[in-house]
Amino acid sequence: MPKPEMDTRFAKFGTVSFTAVTKVNDFIGYLEEGKVTGTKCKKCGEVFFPPRADCYKCLDSEVEWFTVEGTGKLETYSQLMYAPIGFGEDLPYAIAVLDYGDYKVFGRIGDVPFEELEIGMEMVTRANELPNGNLNYVFEKA
Amino acid sequence: MPKVAVIGVGQSAFVRGYPGSIRELAFEAYSEVMKDAGCGPADVEATVVCSSPEYDKQRSPAGVIAEYCGLNPQPTFYVETLCSSSSTGLKLAYSLVASGLHDSVLVLGFQKMSEITSAESQERMGRGADIQWESPFGTMMPAYYAMHAKNYLHTFGASHEDLARIRVKAATYGQINEKAVYRKGVELEQCLAADPVSSPLKVFDCCANADGSSAVLVASEEKAKALGIAKPVWILGVGAASQPVNMSLRERFNGLVVAEAAAKQAYEMAGVGPKDIDVAEVHDCFTIAEMMAYENLGFAEPGGGPELIRAKETYKEGSIPVNVDGGLLSKGHPIGATGGSQVRTIVLQLRDEAGDMQVKDPQIGLVHNIGGVGLYGNVTIFGR
Repeated sequence: MPKPEMDTRFAKFGTVSFTAVTKVNDFIGYLEEGKVTGTKCKKCGEVFFPPRADCYKCLDSEVEWFTVEGTGKLETYSQLMYAPIGFGEDLPYAIAVLDYGDYKVFGRIGDVPFEELEIGMEMVTRANELPNGNLNYVFEKA
Repeated sequence: MPKVAVIGVGQSAFVRGYPGSIRELAFEAYSEVMKDAGCGPADVEATVVCSSPEYDKQRSPAGVIAEYCGLNPQPTFYVETLCSSSSTGLKLAYSLVASGLHDSVLVLGFQKMSEITSAESQERMGRGADIQWESPFGTMMPAYYAMHAKNYLHTFGASHEDLARIRVKAATYGQINEKAVYRKGVELEQCLAADPVSSPLKVFDCCANADGSSAVLVASEEKAKALGIAKPVWILGVGAASQPVNMSLRERFNGLVVAEAAAKQAYEMAGVGPKDIDVAEVHDCFTIAEMMAYENLGFAEPGGGPELIRAKETYKEGSIPVNVDGGLLSKGHPIGATGGSQVRTIVLQLRDEAGDMQVKDPQIGLVHNIGGVGLYGNVTIFGR
């Protein structure tokens, strides 16, 4: 009997992915459609970003997807001048956290000059294709 | 709760490129702690070995280290909470002795970071964060702490110069600590002009990687008496907490709630408050980490940290001396050995044996030791 095929879509997440198989692989499917998504527990309504397959409150695994929409406030950021192995060609780049109120999103700053970043500014989260064909998401000016 | 004492401490010199294997490195702290306590292997009922395993080629290092130290057939095991591994080890040792299961437990921490390159080390440390959702963006420990620094400076209207002052203090004491890896002084201008690592943090805001080992021998009151320990140092309070790994799930970035939670537990158990602390060791892996620690431990109000360092209150002669052994910034930060080294400094202070680093007549000391970017918070309080 042939082995069942593994869904390894998560290997495409980010410049270098450290995870291939997860129950939230559909996150990558949505990124391919240009959507950045989180999950929500169908029972208690708890919102999760990053998305989770399981609700720790209900001990239940019935979750539905929602799209990260609108703007979030830039809560903090940093520009890296050194990078871990495998990320050197991306330098310099900045990582950041956006506060959407109900949830926060950690990710990378997109095409925004570093000196124009300011804590509190409104930004949007956008799905992004990387030069190596992988996918991530980035923050842009609203 | 029965009284539990630290009856001996030991530490290797913290160095770059230790010329020996991990068992030999661990033995340096081991031989010192045994001489300090005047004990032999038969006086150690169990050993807790602490390190961060991603640096070691040896799987399950507790076994080879116990063998090399002559600690068979007593039980030995391994604990890990990243940079706070040996504080977690101490909490375990405390529990094993307080429960009456053992009369004495040795906490042996070590790390040979030079087994791998600095870039590899950054990548592995980065994997102490969320590898599924954060590492694919290219994260590193300095960048995570830098995000805290950016938000801290913005929230409280402080400047990078305030952070740099913490490094100048660390270097003041690193020069007089013969076990420190960085023995040079650092001027404020040097810190400000240094190359950026991850904004706003620059080279001198970051601690030095090092190879090193530390050892803390914990015993019951009866055992300490039986061994004739002249200056036992008592463990008065232990606190530990955790918080979400992922930055998206952090409540705020201008402090570590995990440290506040651990401090609250430790203060309550010890029946003391921040004003009772005479000398402290805090986890200054980056300058911003010490700044946040001032406030999370209650040495200053939120936003009051910069004034504390500007007024030099955390120098040896100040109202609350902090890291007067050079801290992680100058002494070095061999992950698994760090907590035990902090404990050693406080124990020597409370025994009036800290030499040039001695604070005047301290009665109560505190150790604050953080694992990862605030994943694990540990606060331990000691008294004479």
